[in-house]
Amino acid sequence: MNLATFIQHFLNSLTLGSLYALIAIGYTMVYGILRLINFAHSEIFMLGAYLVFWGITLFHLPWPVAMVASIILVAGIGILVDRIAYRPLRDAPRISALISAIGVSFFLQNVAIVFFQAIPRQVYRPAWLENPMIWGEVRVLPLTLFVPLLSLFLMLALVYIVYHTKAGLGMRAISKDIETSYLMGVSVNKVIALTFGIGSALAAASGIMWALRYPQLQPIMGAIPGFKAFIAAVFGGIGSIQGAVIGGLALGFIEIMTVAFFPDLAGYRDAFAFVLLIAILLVKPTGLLGVKTEDKV
Amino acid sequence: MNRSTTILLNLVLVGCLGLFLWWAEGNLDGYKIQILNLIAVNIILALSLNLIYGFTGMFSLGHAGFMAIGAYVCSILIMTPEQKETLFILQEALPWVQNSHAPFLVAVIAGGAVAALFGLVIGAPLLRLGDDYLGIATLGFAEIVRVIANNIPRVTNGALGFKGIPDHANLWWNYGWCLLTLYFVIRILNSNTGNVFKAIRDDETAAKAMGIDVFRIKLLSFTFGAFFAGVGGALLASLLTTIDPKMFLFTLTFNVLMIVVTGGLGSITGSILAGTGITVMLEWLRFVENPVTIGDWTLPGIPGMRMVVFSLVLILVILFRREGIMGMREIHWGTVARLIKGGKA
Repeated sequence: MNLATFIQHFLNSLTLGSLYALIAIGYTMVYGILRLINFAHSEIFMLGAYLVFWGITLFHLPWPVAMVASIILVAGIGILVDRIAYRPLRDAPRISALISAIGVSFFLQNVAIVFFQAIPRQVYRPAWLENPMIWGEVRVLPLTLFVPLLSLFLMLALVYIVYHTKAGLGMRAISKDIETSYLMGVSVNKVIALTFGIGSALAAASGIMWALRYPQLQPIMGAIPGFKAFIAAVFGGIGSIQGAVIGGLALGFIEIMTVAFFPDLAGYRDAFAFVLLIAILLVKPTGLLGVKTEDKV
Repeated sequence: MNRSTTILLNLVLVGCLGLFLWWAEGNLDGYKIQILNLIAVNIILALSLNLIYGFTGMFSLGHAGFMAIGAYVCSILIMTPEQKETLFILQEALPWVQNSHAPFLVAVIAGGAVAALFGLVIGAPLLRLGDDYLGIATLGFAEIVRVIANNIPRVTNGALGFKGIPDHANLWWNYGWCLLTLYFVIRILNSNTGNVFKAIRDDETAAKAMGIDVFRIKLLSFTFGAFFAGVGGALLASLLTTIDPKMFLFTLTFNVLMIVVTGGLGSITGSILAGTGITVMLEWLRFVENPVTIGDWTLPGIPGMRMVVFSLVLILVILFRREGIMGMREIHWGTVARLIKGGKA
């Protein structure tokens, strides 16, 4: 492998990794606060991509407007899902909420099949993202730079919200101890709704950029990236935003680089993440940056 | 209600079922018989998941994986070597795949046994994980099984899968296995081991403190569950006569989970009732996906609508009746007798 191909693989890994990282942040934030695997998150990702498609084809919106509109709408859907399907189950056993989440995931997926039909759709891509830039032997699509940069911007915005605003303080308080947060006057339900909103917005952004990178829309397109991003969150240590970013990037690099160096393994690509998951759960169940909690009697 | 009366009543009930099946075989059309068959298979699958999750409290989402293993093992064994020669067109089958052949009963047991073996091997490391981590890890296992099935064409014929699997699984086989599963699950739950299962489900830490070897018992329950999931997969393969890796997506596990949750976690009667009801509804709701003509007015079919309805049912059950139809209660002869006497059931 020469340097030029390596640089291309590197940039591809970075792109894929940041897409995983954006989804993983949503999983990790919700898990950190509610101890709930939000299965519906992968459908939120899918809806983000579809709404842009709709905005452009039905309402003839320019691409950036459609993108922003989709992110806002999807954040609303995320909040709605929490309000309808998770909030009534706050005091129920954790597994009940998890089953509800699986139900919501299937519901959204099949609603998408009903409304958008199961046939794959082609996505509009702005021309300026498609003309390759050439430096010597290295050919780079502007897209592979655009995705990591936009992701970085979104992550910085998130860090600002979580660590420098009052709402962020609430989020961190709830993830430490939900009952004490109630007592301290944190409006827990509002903060949780905000968490779902932010997580969903990031997933939507990821879905939109995913559709630019792999330009085909399908109602089930969220399932596999969603699972993988969840695995990335577990790998990095669930509940930790930095962990989610590290896990997402690591998974992106593992997938692309393994196939690049061992092309024979290409057919098993979708299994890498799951093998990684089982391995990390056995060696260090709390993930790279996770904190161990003890069972109390 | 003494023991001999219960046994007698059970035998009468089995006899009635036998008569019904005999009548059904002669008088119902193929479509209705297929639904009856699916009911039996779904009850087997629901009972096996209920054993793992409802009675032992291990949240497992790996059912599709065990079913896939059972289905592939059974299909390889019941297809004749000549059939396999024409089937493996992309790459020729490995010699042991090509030449192995066994009668249906042996093939189904083998399917279950291999699934149980996998259950044992993956259960040993995974069952240390709690609740939702276990769910995700077993889900990962099922996905890995599917990806591997796609990538070893010399054993599984790759993405093309198998076609024309001999259709041995008739009403008698399916209901026979269903009764056997039921008998086994009831026996184990009424034994001391069954009590230990429930103790672990209700409070694992307390069970451990009482000196129970939690890990060994969990592994036992998981392996039994995997065995019957494999049997269910094997029967399903022979019933549908075609299998391919795409069939064993997460949706399959979802269907079984829906039956178990709707019926009631930890209720055998619930699994049977929901297994019957949901299978019938799943088929009956196919009409919303096909075009309907009323007079000269045609409604187009809506693909996907069936699963929309079913995911809504699951969400509503979880939101408003978390314990399902039966909760943890059972219907047994004692309940029936009290009902007849007019007392409180």
